[in-house]
Amino acid sequence: MVIPAAMRDQIVAHARAGLPNEACGLIGGRDGRAERFYPAQPDEPSPYYYRIESRDQIRIMNEIDEAGLDLIGIYHSHVSSPAYPSRTDSEQAFWPDAVYLIVSLAGGGADLKGYLIGESGITEEPIEIA
Amino acid sequence: MSTVRMPPILRQAVGGAREVDATGATVRELLDDLTSRFPAIKGHLFDDGGELNRFVNVYVNNEDVRLGEGLETTVTPEATVIVLPAMAGGSQR
Repeated sequence: MVIPAAMRDQIVAHARAGLPNEACGLIGGRDGRAERFYPAQPDEPSPYYYRIESRDQIRIMNEIDEAGLDLIGIYHSHVSSPAYPSRTDSEQAFWPDAVYLIVSLAGGGADLKGYLIGESGITEEPIEIA
Repeated sequence: MSTVRMPPILRQAVGGAREVDATGATVRELLDDLTSRFPAIKGHLFDDGGELNRFVNVYVNNEDVRLGEGLETTVTPEATVIVLPAMAGGSQR
């Protein structure tokens, strides 16, 4: 998955702005290239859990459709744990075609990684910053 | 007859279609019609008690039915019905 550097910076900024809670959002794109980043509202802000609020979810999905893009990524932050899917992330992954992006803010850093999560388990999807 | 837009995770179970037609006057009737024809999706859409799976959102004309009449929400033939699984997770303690 290719992410423009400016979008990576937006994602990290959104994650930091959400502290102490996790932040979440969607990424629209084409052919594995991210083109638009959509910050989303969580149902209930929490440092340990996110669920994109249902009205925000349909609003953003419609915006992605209307822009002629595909949903290619679902992003959230881990405020103090590594950028690797937790058990909750795996159990609540219902979008096998989307890359689950996790930005870890642990230790003050910003480590962004991507994963496909499906029936066959967790596969890291390389992120190219371009 | 209404059209129901299916998410990628359920498309294989409905023959690969992005949208499927279904009959029913309420969301429950529509989904019952779908699950009778495509039994593989039943476990995704409903919990053991026959209620909407808590990780599935259903929208009628872009309104989340859970915030209204739920499965009893009326569906007209012109309505757009969209099924979207939750986008959720987190580091969880």
